[in-house]
Amino acid sequence: MNREDFPIFKQDLIYFDNGATTMKPQCVIDSMTDYYSNYTANAHRGDYDNSMKVDVLYEGVRGKVRKLIDAKDASEVVFTKGTTESLNLVVFGFMKNELKEGDEVLLTKSEHASNLLPWMELEKEIGIVIKYIPLTEDNEVTIPNVLSTITDRTKVISLAQVTNVIGDVRPMKEIGEICSQRGIYFVVDGAQSVPHRKVSVQEMNADFLAFSGHKMLGPTGVGVLWGKKELLERTKPLCYGGGMNTSFESTGDFELKEVPTKFDAGTPAIAEVIGLGRAIDYLEEIGLDKIESYEQELKSYLLARLKEVPKIQIYNEKTASSIVAFNIEGVFSQDTAVYLNHYHICVRAGNHCAKILKEQLGVKNTCRISLYLYNTKEEIDELIRVLKDAEHIFDIVL
Amino acid sequence: MDSNLRREIILDNYQHPLHKGLVEEEGYQKIRTNNSSCIDDLMIMVKVEEGKIKDIRFDGEACAISTSATSIMIRNFMGKTYEEAKALLESYEAMIDEKPYDKELLGELNVYDEIYKQPNRKKCALLPFRAIHQILENKDLFNK
Ligand SMILES: Cc1ncc(COP(=O)(O)O)c(C=O)c1O
Repeated sequence: MNREDFPIFKQDLIYFDNGATTMKPQCVIDSMTDYYSNYTANAHRGDYDNSMKVDVLYEGVRGKVRKLIDAKDASEVVFTKGTTESLNLVVFGFMKNELKEGDEVLLTKSEHASNLLPWMELEKEIGIVIKYIPLTEDNEVTIPNVLSTITDRTKVISLAQVTNVIGDVRPMKEIGEICSQRGIYFVVDGAQSVPHRKVSVQEMNADFLAFSGHKMLGPTGVGVLWGKKELLERTKPLCYGGGMNTSFESTGDFELKEVPTKFDAGTPAIAEVIGLGRAIDYLEEIGLDKIESYEQELKSYLLARLKEVPKIQIYNEKTASSIVAFNIEGVFSQDTAVYLNHYHICVRAGNHCAKILKEQLGVKNTCRISLYLYNTKEEIDELIRVLKDAEHIFDIVL
Repeated sequence: MDSNLRREIILDNYQHPLHKGLVEEEGYQKIRTNNSSCIDDLMIMVKVEEGKIKDIRFDGEACAISTSATSIMIRNFMGKTYEEAKALLESYEAMIDEKPYDKELLGELNVYDEIYKQPNRKKCALLPFRAIHQILENKDLFNK
């Protein structure tokens, strides 16, 4: 749907790597060009028209994010570089001061590196204990498995709502309820969910939610950390400098501004924040429900057609998102990706930054197709045509 | 080299690589070769004895180019002295880098002489040879 809004598709390009990043509609590109061409100014700094306009637009995007994720207040929206920085801010700005040696953090083996490495580092720094919630045979998280991993020392559960390799959708509402009953912090990695479905932080009972602009039709270099107000108030910024303090003295005393401005040290990514705002408008004009159901329709079609391909193995048929992981027997995933690239079809080969998932899945590397609203059945038909011809793969690859 | 023959050799070494599978034995140097920009990940073990490369084995998951290059490397480096291995390695790397090289010396390794046409796959063809590099850095191994 809406393919004509994306200038990049004037090229001969079939883009199936939306889990990595997404294409930009003209309106998002224009919104950023408009800032650079017509009203460039810093935020929070000036008394002239352009600066005030920038201020209003920049701050206005917090309101758009609030509405998108059903948060209570726009002041709970912190701009970061992306999911990775958001999760680091949670771990090192908040958890590092709240947790003690021996406190347990529950993760899974299918988390993205950016929801694992910060915790592993914190484990080294202060001696928290990471535990992995066991996954089912289909690599899914179930409530009984969550419950059986929780102990008296469990202080945090940090999970992707949708994982980026398997694409399973976690029962966040139930997990959030368990967390709030037991006083466990619930951290949600929304990198693969916010772009594709309606997400409500209140319904999930989340404490923190992290996501990236570039995976939802927005620019690179901007993302969001949403957190409950009282938790953000207790979160220490990771970055100090101009714009985030109310006053400082040469004695070394200084006072930070309120949440969320205390996290805005230095000139923020203004054009990118404005672009993210436009991307949110665009997604909402179409409707996330509509996007989700269109992706579902495409995914069913993709699965049905993939089964026509000889020697194909699909790893995640049952999962509810629009991500499909597969291999062709006897062909290394990267060779498949290089082959498809020959036909201008972009898929991702690899472990997709979930390096420890191999312990679970038994295969290290897969080809991943991740769909988005602008993909079409015709593109899937072309993929299948090329894959069916894969016995010639080495004529192309070698 | 004829391109069909080239492809056939690479494919044969990919599908039936030499010495795949590690052994639990003393006297081997173990070297893990992987690449940050690519997903190939190989464990290579090399035994040097009486001044020669006595045995090379490997295991792991990698693409057709890396896997076949490992297999062909194993066949061509076994039995080589320090000086022979060094000359062969230097010539191979020169070929991949499009520099002058000793075509005759390389023999079967010439199958990768057109890999420069796919620049993003040069690293695949070079990956297993890091193990040889590492072995040659330790010249003492050859003096025992
Ligand atoms: C589930 C998940 N979490 C986190 C990230 C990291 O996002 P970013 O690279 O935008 O910080 C990704 C991106 O691939 C992801 O898929």
